[in-house]
Amino acid sequence: MEGIYEPKMEAPKIKTVSKWNARIPYIIAYGTLGITTLPIILMYLWLLMSSFSTQMKHGVIPVEFTLENWRFLWTNVEMVGSVYPSIWTATWNSFVFAGVLTVLEVIIGVMAGYALSRMEFPGRQGIMKMTMMLHAFPSVALLIAVFFILNFMGLFDSLLGVILVKTALQIPMTAWIIKGFFDDVPWDLEWAGLIDGCNRFKVWYTIVIPIIKPGIAAVSIFSFLAGWSEFLLLYTFVLSDDNITLSTYLQKLISDPNLVNYGLLSAVSLFYMIPVLIFFIFTQKSLMQVSAGGGKGV
Amino acid sequence: MKIELKNICKTFNKQSNTINNLDMTINDGEFVALVGPSGCGKSTTMLMIAGIYKPTSGNLYFDGQLVNDLEPKDRNIGMVFQSYALYPHMTVLDNIAFPLKQQKVPKEERYERAKNAADMVHLGHLLDRKPSQLSGGQQQRVALARAIVKKPKVLLLDEPMSNLDARLKIEMREEISRIQKELGITAIMVTHDQEEAMTTADRVAIMKEGELIQYSSPMELYNRPKNYFVAQFIGNPPMNFLKSQLAVKDGKCQFYINDTTVDLNNHLPKIKSHNSIKDIYAGIRPYDLKLGQKGDITLDGVVSLVEPTGHSKMVNVKVGDDRIRFFADPLQKIERGSKITLTASISSIHLFDCESGENLTAETIGEGQDNKLVINS
Repeated sequence: MEGIYEPKMEAPKIKTVSKWNARIPYIIAYGTLGITTLPIILMYLWLLMSSFSTQMKHGVIPVEFTLENWRFLWTNVEMVGSVYPSIWTATWNSFVFAGVLTVLEVIIGVMAGYALSRMEFPGRQGIMKMTMMLHAFPSVALLIAVFFILNFMGLFDSLLGVILVKTALQIPMTAWIIKGFFDDVPWDLEWAGLIDGCNRFKVWYTIVIPIIKPGIAAVSIFSFLAGWSEFLLLYTFVLSDDNITLSTYLQKLISDPNLVNYGLLSAVSLFYMIPVLIFFIFTQKSLMQVSAGGGKGV
Repeated sequence: MKIELKNICKTFNKQSNTINNLDMTINDGEFVALVGPSGCGKSTTMLMIAGIYKPTSGNLYFDGQLVNDLEPKDRNIGMVFQSYALYPHMTVLDNIAFPLKQQKVPKEERYERAKNAADMVHLGHLLDRKPSQLSGGQQQRVALARAIVKKPKVLLLDEPMSNLDARLKIEMREEISRIQKELGITAIMVTHDQEEAMTTADRVAIMKEGELIQYSSPMELYNRPKNYFVAQFIGNPPMNFLKSQLAVKDGKCQFYINDTTVDLNNHLPKIKSHNSIKDIYAGIRPYDLKLGQKGDITLDGVVSLVEPTGHSKMVNVKVGDDRIRFFADPLQKIERGSKITLTASISSIHLFDCESGENLTAETIGEGQDNKLVINS
C-alpha cells in the first residue's frame, strides 16, 4: 500500500515553491545593492541640482533655476578681479593630452606585449618582473626626480613633457594586459601565416593584431580615461594658463577656500564628466572583455 | 618535390634530443604518413620541414637544394593544422585567397583561383561566412583549400582528421587522398591513428622517442613488422602476443606455445649462439586465427567475450594466462565460457625477442625486405 501512495505525497512538494519565495534572493540582493549605492546616486543628484540653481538652501534644497553657473561655456569666468582661462582651451588640452597618451601607449604597449608574450630573449623574465615593479611605484615618489629630468630637457611646463612621463608610467600595465591577449592567440595561427607567405612582421599586423582588437580597444579606453583624469603630474609640471587642462582648471576654482563658488564648481565638474560618460556608453562592451581574461574565442 | 632529411637532430632543452639522427627520404609525389605515440617527435619533424623550427644539426634538402635556413614563406608549402588555424577575422573566401594575396596575385585572378580551390573541396556555397559559422568538417575543408590554393610543391597535414567524427573522418580521408593524387603533390601527414596512415599513405614512417623505427609501405609494415613496437602498433585490432620460449639446439630451432612444439625448419640466422633458450613473444594477427585443428599449431582456450561487428564476430579468448582475439563467422555459435580450439599456419607467426623487441622471423619469412627503406636500423 505504501508503495502506491508515496509518489503522490512527493509530487506536490515540487510545485509549492511560491513566486515570492523564488524572488527572495533577488529582493535581498537588489535591496542591499540599492541601499549601498544610494549615497553615490544622491551625491550626483546634488551635483546636478546645484549646478542649475542660484543657491542651495540648508545645503540641500535647490532654490531658483538658473543657467548662470554654466556661463563658462560662452564667456571667460571672472572672479574677484582675476580672469580664468577659457574652458575650451582646457577641454582641448585635455583631449590632446588623453589622445596622444592613448596613441603612444597603445603603440608601444602592443609591441612590448607581443615581445613579452612571443619572443624568447635573454632577460625576458627579468623585464616582466621589473615592469610590474615600475607600476607599483606611486608617481608622487617620482615627482622630484621627474622634475629634474623635465627641466633638463626643457620640457617643463609643456604638455608633451607630462605626456611622456605619464606614458612611461602607464606602459607596464598596458603591456601586461596586452600580453594576456597575445598569449591567447594560438601559435598555429602565426605558423599558418608564415607558411602562407608572410614574414614575422606581416603576420603580426595582418593576422595577430586583428584578432586581439578587443584587447586593444580595452587598453585604449583605459589609457584615455587615465589621461582624462590625470591631475597630479599636470598640476606639478604645467603652470601656464595656455596649457591648462580640465582637471587643473577645476583645481583653480577651489584653490582659494574663501572664494569657492559651488554652483560653478558643480557645473564644471559635470562638464568634465560628460565625455567620460559618452565614452563609457559606447565602449562598455569592449571594456567588459578585459575582466573576462582576454581573447575572444579564436 | 623530393625531400631528404639527413642526420637531423632537434633539441629543445640541453638534456635530450627530441629528434635523434633522423634520416628519411620522401620521393616526389609520394604520400608519406608519420605515425607514432604522442611525444615521439612526429609533429616536430613536420614543423622542421615547414621551416617553423630549425634543425639543431643535420641537413634538410628540397630537390637536392639545402633549405635549412630558408624561411617558411619561401619554401612553397601548404599546411593544414590540427586546429585548422583559420583566420577568424576573414571570410572563407579571404581565408582561401590569403596565400595568393601574399604572392601579389591580382585581385580578380586571386578570387577566381580561391573559388576553384573551394569547389575542389565542395565549399562553393559557404564563401561569405566567417570560420566561426562553420562546422568542424567545413572548417577542415577551408583549411585544406587554403593549403592547396597556391599550388604548393609539398602539402603538410598535421593530424588533419583528429577533430572529426568517425564518419566524417572516412570521408575526409578519401577526399585528401583524391586531391593529393589529382594534384600529384608530395604530401606528408602526421597522425597518431595507424589506420588513417595505412589507408592513405604510400609509405608509413613509424617513430618512437625521436627515432625512426620502420619506414616502409603499409603492407610491408603489416606483414613484416621490424620489431615488437611496430607489430603492436600496426593493425586493428592489434596483434595477439603469446609468451613463449625459443630453443636452438644442434642447429635445430623450435618454439613452444601452449604445450605445442613448433619446428622452424632450421633457418633463424638472427640467433647467434647455437645452443640457447630465449624468452620470446609469438605474435599472430587476429585475422590469421581460425577455429578448428587443421593448421600447423593449435591453441586451446576459453571464450571470455563475444563482440558482434556485423560482418563477423570478434571473440576474446583466454589461452593460458594470455588473452587473444580472433574473428569468427557471424553465423557460428560461440558462447561465453565455452572451450574452443584455434589454429594458425606457421607462416603467419611472428617471433619477437622479449628483451630487444626485435623480430626474429624477419629474415626467414620477410626475405627481400628493402634495406634502403629501413634507414637508421
